[in-house]
Amino acid sequence: MGMFILKRLGVMALTALGLTLIVFYMTNLYPNLEKLAKTQGNFRMSETEVSTWLNNRGYTRPLLVKYGEWLGVLPGYVIEGTDGEVRARCAPQGQSVEDAPEYCGVFQGGWGYSSVFKEPASDIMWKRLSLTGFLMLCALLLTIPVALLIGILAGMREGSKTDRTLSTFSIVTSATPEYVSGVVLIAIFASSAVGLKWFKGSATKAMESPDFENFTLPVLTIALFSIGYIARMTRASMTEVMTAQYIRTARLKGVSFGNIVLKHALRNALIAPFTVIILQIPYLLTGVVITETLFNYKGFGWLLVQAAGNNDIDMLLGVSVVSVIIVLATQLISDIGYVYLNPRIRIS
Amino acid sequence: MDPLSWGEIIVRILYQFLPVWISMFVVFTASITFKRKLGLYGRIFDSTVGMIGFALVTFWVFTAFYASAFDLIATHDPLVQASGMKNKVPGTPLRDAAEGAYAFYLLGGDNLARDVFSRMVHGSAIVLSIAPLATLFGYVVGVTLGLPAGYFGGRLDTILSFLANLILAFPVILLFYLLVTPEIIATGIPMYMAAVFFIFPLVFITVLLNSRYKVLPHIRTPLLAVVLTIGIWIYFSTISESGRGTFVDFWPNALDLFNIPGGVLVVFISVVFVNSPTIFRIIRGLTMDVKSRDYVAAAQTRGETPWYIMLWEILPNVRGPLIVDFCLRIGYATILLGTLGFFGLGLPPESPDWGSTINDGRKLLSVYLHPALTPAFSLLSLVLGLNLLADGLREESLKD
Repeated sequence: MGMFILKRLGVMALTALGLTLIVFYMTNLYPNLEKLAKTQGNFRMSETEVSTWLNNRGYTRPLLVKYGEWLGVLPGYVIEGTDGEVRARCAPQGQSVEDAPEYCGVFQGGWGYSSVFKEPASDIMWKRLSLTGFLMLCALLLTIPVALLIGILAGMREGSKTDRTLSTFSIVTSATPEYVSGVVLIAIFASSAVGLKWFKGSATKAMESPDFENFTLPVLTIALFSIGYIARMTRASMTEVMTAQYIRTARLKGVSFGNIVLKHALRNALIAPFTVIILQIPYLLTGVVITETLFNYKGFGWLLVQAAGNNDIDMLLGVSVVSVIIVLATQLISDIGYVYLNPRIRIS
Repeated sequence: MDPLSWGEIIVRILYQFLPVWISMFVVFTASITFKRKLGLYGRIFDSTVGMIGFALVTFWVFTAFYASAFDLIATHDPLVQASGMKNKVPGTPLRDAAEGAYAFYLLGGDNLARDVFSRMVHGSAIVLSIAPLATLFGYVVGVTLGLPAGYFGGRLDTILSFLANLILAFPVILLFYLLVTPEIIATGIPMYMAAVFFIFPLVFITVLLNSRYKVLPHIRTPLLAVVLTIGIWIYFSTISESGRGTFVDFWPNALDLFNIPGGVLVVFISVVFVNSPTIFRIIRGLTMDVKSRDYVAAAQTRGETPWYIMLWEILPNVRGPLIVDFCLRIGYATILLGTLGFFGLGLPPESPDWGSTINDGRKLLSVYLHPALTPAFSLLSLVLGLNLLADGLREESLKD
């Protein structure tokens, strides 16, 4: 088990390296740098002004050197610009170049400096990540019990009326992407055209003071898709368990139906949904980006869109590292959890 | 003229879809009559779920077909703005409709005074021309790489799986933002990716035919010559674009069959790119599962080549789960296309595809519902139809 985890961590590190290198390459393509220069400097810069701007800030050096600096295995640049100003990678605006450390990459804990927000990238990331974490937590707290309940009730008696109603519900929600369910929910519950106006169509206020009125719709939007998906998986695993030999034996022994479901079937039926739930978290991340854009909730997803839209290189790299860690960590947890939950695998 | 009531709107919309109803009626009667002779396709009509799904899918397929090929169904041009129709409610009559033009906006006008109904109808044509084809391409890429990875295993498998996992570790939206921006299109990277991805169908067909007819050179050689000539012609027609200064400019204009607009191409490529790693993993898994079966061992003993075994022994035997997954994946590709439109990436902003129209409509959602809800429900019904169809197929294929 120890070897297995170590190996997986190694693969994780390798993946993170490969991924950041790709992001680094894409964001450092010349048209992207030109866009960066124009949004940071001014939009009417000429070609030569753009290239001087980029030269002065070290953007035009070889890709791998810049990547090494970002990682922290190469010393950060110190460039005396054509305008006479000396700029250093490790001395962001306002700091003197002499005091700056030689290395300032990820390995030294420096995540660089956001060109859009004019703040260290890690500060922004933590702030936004905590907001999104809260949103995802609420969504999961709603999703898991509801989805499991629907799945168990539907799978308990295959083909019954309850099963058909609940299965229809879950297949419809799992076919609804967030930007559709969000729009429909806003239309029904928040628009003045329908007139219910129970909730707010924007979650901007929810960042400081989340309450029932402004936080319900975003949570519901994220949760709906996963509810459908997890419920379907739970139903499938439940129906499979309910046809197993040992359940039939229990029935023949005269155990009541409620007892069979709760004490005999559930344990085995919940192994598969566990993996699905854990693996659903990375997918939630995509849903979060859409939902945060739709409801204007400035969390991690909103940050991703801002960083990508403005070619904020350091910010984007940070965002990608965090997301790759989330994706791979959830995979690892689901694998380990599966082994522990399933005695058949644990013993072999 | 008075605005239409909801009853009149519904009747008129149903009437607009008349060609679709007729075609669906023909397809359904023919299929149900001969369902016992139609194999797996016929068995869809044994399950209610499958039939509902099939009905939704055929509805949109026929709508897209009639709207784009014959200019039926849609009442107005999806891009033309009419004066005084901005954000008007469904059923509003046009102010001064020209002779012969349709006098109403059946589902109202959007914020640029365009007809919501016609945009929805034409949007289906865009969605249905990209999503299934992109899924098919994803499948060709996934099959061409997944079969050898699963069959041979070893280092090839390790490298390919690592690459697939690398792409899968990207959040989809980050990938879209990295690939589908005007700046990236300017660098020509999507064109290079297209050049790589579009080679896969050529490789696939060549290997497929070669492995089958290797022992019959008098059939194989002419067959491959014809197929490859056509294939290479289409390949270069697709990736060469006259006057764009891309790296494949040498292809003579006279031989260039068609040009795909840059925006559509990059959207297509990114959907293929996002889909293919998952398909690769599915096919790799199925191949690993099946390769220890007796019929594979028998083929190996007969001395068949590995590619023959992969393409003509293993692939046909794993078709069941693949057909089901194919349906689901078209739905997923539709969702991805919508996501791209929702973030305003790739397709031009005035494009009537559903994602872009939802994005357009959501800004005024608290006051005007129809511009956003119409494409939202269209997208929902198509994806739902594909999911139901997949469910029906799965159910029916599990029966034996």
